[in-house]
Amino acid sequence: MMVRETPILETEKTRFLSNLLLPFRGRILASIGLAWLVLMAFFAIFAPWITPYDPLAIEPVARLTEPGATHFFGTDHFGRDTFSRCIYGARMALLIGLGTVFVSLTVGGFIGMVSAYFTRIGSVLMRVVDVLMAFPALLLALVLMTLFERSVINTIIVIGIVYTTTTARILYGMVLKLKNEVFVDAAICSGVGHTSILLRHILPNLISPLLVQASFIFAFAQLQAAALDFLGLGLPPEIPSWGNMLSESRIYVTRASWLLIYPGLLIILSVFSMNLVGDAARDSLDPRFKDDIAGV
Amino acid sequence: MLAFTIKRILATVPTLIAASMLIFLFIHLIPGDPAAILLGDTATPEEIAVLTKQMGLDQPVYVQYLKWLTNLLQGDLGTSIFFQVPVLSVIADGAETSGFLALMTMIWIIVLGIPIGAIAATKHGTWIDQITSGAAMFAASVPTFWLGLYLILIFAVGLGWLPSSGYPSIFEEGGLANLRYLLLPSLTLAAPNAALIIRLVRASMLDVQREDYVRTARSKGLHPVRVAYKHVFRNALIAVAAAFGFTFAALVSEAVVTETVFSLPGIGRTVVQSILRRDYPVIQGVILVIVVLYMVVNLLVDLAYSWLDPRVSLK
Repeated sequence: MMVRETPILETEKTRFLSNLLLPFRGRILASIGLAWLVLMAFFAIFAPWITPYDPLAIEPVARLTEPGATHFFGTDHFGRDTFSRCIYGARMALLIGLGTVFVSLTVGGFIGMVSAYFTRIGSVLMRVVDVLMAFPALLLALVLMTLFERSVINTIIVIGIVYTTTTARILYGMVLKLKNEVFVDAAICSGVGHTSILLRHILPNLISPLLVQASFIFAFAQLQAAALDFLGLGLPPEIPSWGNMLSESRIYVTRASWLLIYPGLLIILSVFSMNLVGDAARDSLDPRFKDDIAGV
Repeated sequence: MLAFTIKRILATVPTLIAASMLIFLFIHLIPGDPAAILLGDTATPEEIAVLTKQMGLDQPVYVQYLKWLTNLLQGDLGTSIFFQVPVLSVIADGAETSGFLALMTMIWIIVLGIPIGAIAATKHGTWIDQITSGAAMFAASVPTFWLGLYLILIFAVGLGWLPSSGYPSIFEEGGLANLRYLLLPSLTLAAPNAALIIRLVRASMLDVQREDYVRTARSKGLHPVRVAYKHVFRNALIAVAAAFGFTFAALVSEAVVTETVFSLPGIGRTVVQSILRRDYPVIQGVILVIVVLYMVVNLLVDLAYSWLDPRVSLK
């Protein structure tokens, strides 16, 4: 028996990996997108070893230097190296994206699941979600930011709250569909508790749609964070994020167009890649959940 | 239909009340004394005491809320700390710019989004479809402010064809030609939203193409163009109409950014500036107006939807 079990486990493991990559089979653009995201993650993690300069080091003599051999992406109005700042910007992008996904999926996921399963609590909780959804996304984020100090964690919380409502609504719909499935009835009949039904019988079925939703939230969060930075209400100005770089260099762009082009392209390509990946992943989803996902 | 209309309107009321409570409480969520916050940094203790009494801040919160609501219904949204004029007139000042911006953006969205989406759907699976769908997703990935800055760089700074910022009213010198100031902003604002409409039109046309009545139309020998237009396109538009509520919310959010990029004297820029100036009464007032407007749009969309597709109200 032992001899047979090990290879089965191994094939399951490899099957899991190939299942994860399955959506990208035959989709060149989505595969390129995935590769780009891997590259960005690499930059984010190894930023200190990749960057030729300190992203905060001011070099007044070299201010507004054009892109060239010494400064690949040129320098800004303080003489800071744009390339190094862009690489560190990837770090912020990753942090904001993952943070927002974490906040919205855990809080929104909890609200959505509980609301759908316990309909009485749900009727109250989902009304609250409805009310919050009456506020346009960026506006809600702006208003919340007036209540908080500008910081990384607050930006994550604020954008996270915005997508918590969407996630709650989506999960609510999906759990309502699953609740009436036979396997849930079977679990109830065999005396399984509510928590266990939710976590061990319903949640595992929702992992793939949640992952797809996460990819879209990740993409939207980038755009929201960049907009908040641009308006001067996001990350503190001293942090090199792509949005802050664009916000600061705004008045110099007529003289130094590279300050607009590089951080902008990084945002666009990252958001585009994430959308492509999400789109590819959605196409290989269980058809029951396809329409629930709020993507591009 | 009438019953559905009444039911739908009544369903809006609780949400509206809850939202108004939230907006009312906003001023109490800010750390500090609300009267001091409302009067700004320059206020004297006497002024604060007067406003505390006037607003009834010494009374229970629900009394304050009711008083605020009564004022609201009489059109009194409070006074701007920065401008020292009623909030309503601050909002009214921005209404022309934002209104025309929204109108021109909608025109772009409809003119660009619907035909391109329809072409992508009829050419489903071909390279035309792949390119338009890809381009639409790309457009939805571009930050609004970045597109705005880039358009300014090309069309205003580089080519000098269009003004880069500001908007003089059409009632001032220049008349309707002043609308050219809104050409770049509206294009900026339309791009990501047109992209969403392209994808939506395409998706819903592909959905409708699978319906039985389309197969019937085809099998009775109708011309493919007639089927595409009369049976598929027109029914697909119902789903598009339903998405306009969502588009409105996206428009409002992005208008805040666009108006800031182009320095337009609209409501969106007023929100940002009020936040930076800590002009809380204006923030409160504008948010309230936008939320109410958003709910009205959603209500109208739902009603239009049930009128376009009578199957909806039967559910």
